[in-house]
Amino acid sequence: MSKVYGIMAEFKGPHEIFVAAERLRDAGYRRWDTFTPFPVHGLDKAMGLRRSLVPIIVLMCGLAGFFGAIAMVWFMDSFDYPVVVGGKPYFSPIYPFPVMYECTILLATFGAFFGQFLLNGLPRLHHPVFNVEAFERVSDDAFFVVIEARDALYDEAKVRAQLAALGGYNITVVNQ
Amino acid sequence: MLPTTADFTTMSAEAETLTTPVPAVLAKVMPVTTPARPVLVHNQRNFHWITDKICGIVEGPTPFWWWCCLAVTAALASCVPVGLIYLVSTGIGVWGLRPPEFWGWDIVNFVFWVGIAHAGTMISSVLCLLRQKWRTAISRAAEATTIFGIMCAGIFPAFHVGRVWFAWWLFPVPNSQAVWPNFHSPLEWDVFAVNTYLTVSALFWYMGMVPDLATLRDRALSPVRKYAYGVLSLGWRNSTRHWQNFEMAYLVIAGMATSLVVSVSAIVSADFASSLQPGWHTAIFPPYFVAGAVFCGFAMVLALMIPMRALFGLHDVITQYHIDCVCKATMAIGSMVAYVYTMEFFIAWYGGNIYEVFTFINRAFGQYAWAYWIMVTCNVLSPQLFWFKGVRKRLWLVFIIALLINLGMWCERFVIIVTSLGNDFLPSSWGYFSPTVVDIFTFFGTLGMFGMLFLLFVRFLPMLPLSEVKHVLPQADPHFAEPGHVVTGSEGVPKGGGL
Repeated sequence: MSKVYGIMAEFKGPHEIFVAAERLRDAGYRRWDTFTPFPVHGLDKAMGLRRSLVPIIVLMCGLAGFFGAIAMVWFMDSFDYPVVVGGKPYFSPIYPFPVMYECTILLATFGAFFGQFLLNGLPRLHHPVFNVEAFERVSDDAFFVVIEARDALYDEAKVRAQLAALGGYNITVVNQ
Repeated sequence: MLPTTADFTTMSAEAETLTTPVPAVLAKVMPVTTPARPVLVHNQRNFHWITDKICGIVEGPTPFWWWCCLAVTAALASCVPVGLIYLVSTGIGVWGLRPPEFWGWDIVNFVFWVGIAHAGTMISSVLCLLRQKWRTAISRAAEATTIFGIMCAGIFPAFHVGRVWFAWWLFPVPNSQAVWPNFHSPLEWDVFAVNTYLTVSALFWYMGMVPDLATLRDRALSPVRKYAYGVLSLGWRNSTRHWQNFEMAYLVIAGMATSLVVSVSAIVSADFASSLQPGWHTAIFPPYFVAGAVFCGFAMVLALMIPMRALFGLHDVITQYHIDCVCKATMAIGSMVAYVYTMEFFIAWYGGNIYEVFTFINRAFGQYAWAYWIMVTCNVLSPQLFWFKGVRKRLWLVFIIALLINLGMWCERFVIIVTSLGNDFLPSSWGYFSPTVVDIFTFFGTLGMFGMLFLLFVRFLPMLPLSEVKHVLPQADPHFAEPGHVVTGSEGVPKGGGL
């Protein structure tokens, strides 16, 4: 017998899962998640999630791109192999500005792209929620709530009753 | 005492059932009547219908027309490697480049394809920041045109350097000569701009596609498909905790890509504007190139969207409203381009530089006047037809206008590049540029390559962003099913139904 990951319940639609998320948040659950075919507006707040950390990563990467590009141009044009071009100064922050600008954008985008997947723990080969066959419909039109077994308030009977009371159906145990 | 939210809820619920007359308090507080928003998905489609429709394009049997189109475009695309091999083995002169015309069709094509690319970024990023919900239905295909456009564009400058095997000297990596790239040069800025553009667009496109690839994975029946889409979707499981980071990253990259829309064509224009050539050395070039780029890109989106909509029966998701919006945007940007054409003439006269004045008169009445007047007819006159609803409704006409705009924009780049070089300061060194067979075949080859890549895209990847189209359905609003929630623009959709 495999270990239990949590309890999954299906909900009818965005409204139902939104209300359920607010109630479950207020009930004090910490280790739980909702699964929707598209980002339901405001559901992250209804779940009590904090603001995403992606912008901080983006800012760091963007600054690294900007100053990295300045450093690169300074090193190449004025330190390692200075060449006079059109009688212009060896280095100035003005003329390579397009390079700095593009490097800022490039690294900031790397930050957003890789930061997002890093924060989400993706790519990932498998996840217990995929053990439930009905979960395949989550990317189509089904809405699910999963309360994990490692939550402090987890108690199978209680969670089942609570999910059912909120309008959840097809309540199943998810195995690891 | 102020009315509570509960009062309003009851009030609007009452108003809706029309069992009671409008309460007197409404006249006092005068609630704002918001104009009805247009319906973005027709026939009250539900989430499952959208999944079935879009995934069905990828999962269904390959249509016969697809094979025919692929054969034609692939045959055309084969001209690109043949032309390039001939060029590398012979020399850059096979492109008709000789004094004084050192920049010919190749640079025209480069600027043209970079321009085509701009609409995708415009639609997916600028319109995302402006919260234009209609963009969702066309954003994925438009982003695809961006990536394929940059791929076609990149071929020309890479081979224009002559000895293409040294093209890597453009990148700031150590080489045997120990000299670094010249960062004073706009051509070097171009390397950074175009490569950043390609990378950012590809990442943005792929990231937006991950949830939709997960849908294809979940629906896949054969193990090969399941494995392929499974790897591509990176184990996406539609968790709200993930959606939150995803949406934030999407928004941030949209902001980044917006800066790219205004910077890439502007930097490309610096290749011209920073020279002393009459007709190039003007301050209007950066915004001019951006406007021109977005203009022909929108036209290309129209030219691809209309046949795809008809061939795949996407009339419910790409509605007349979507086409109207793209037409109006094309017309607005076309008017800006027309303004630039006028302003260029004005500045040439007002600046008092005789070479500048001559260049512009020469453009309109000189040896390349044919190209100039094609440009004016296609770019200034034809988009003005989009003022009329009757024109926007006749899709065959919209399609023809879109193709004309693309022709006109290609001629615009030809006029800018070739006339300025052909007739500059010294009449003794004037010349006339004639393309060679290699020029012609390489350019049409890139058109074939673009078409082939687009056909492969519609066959193997979700053509419309599923999750985003679902998101703009009225029933995707978590407050949709609440009593008293006024749904604009979704008349007749049953409350809480359609799921």
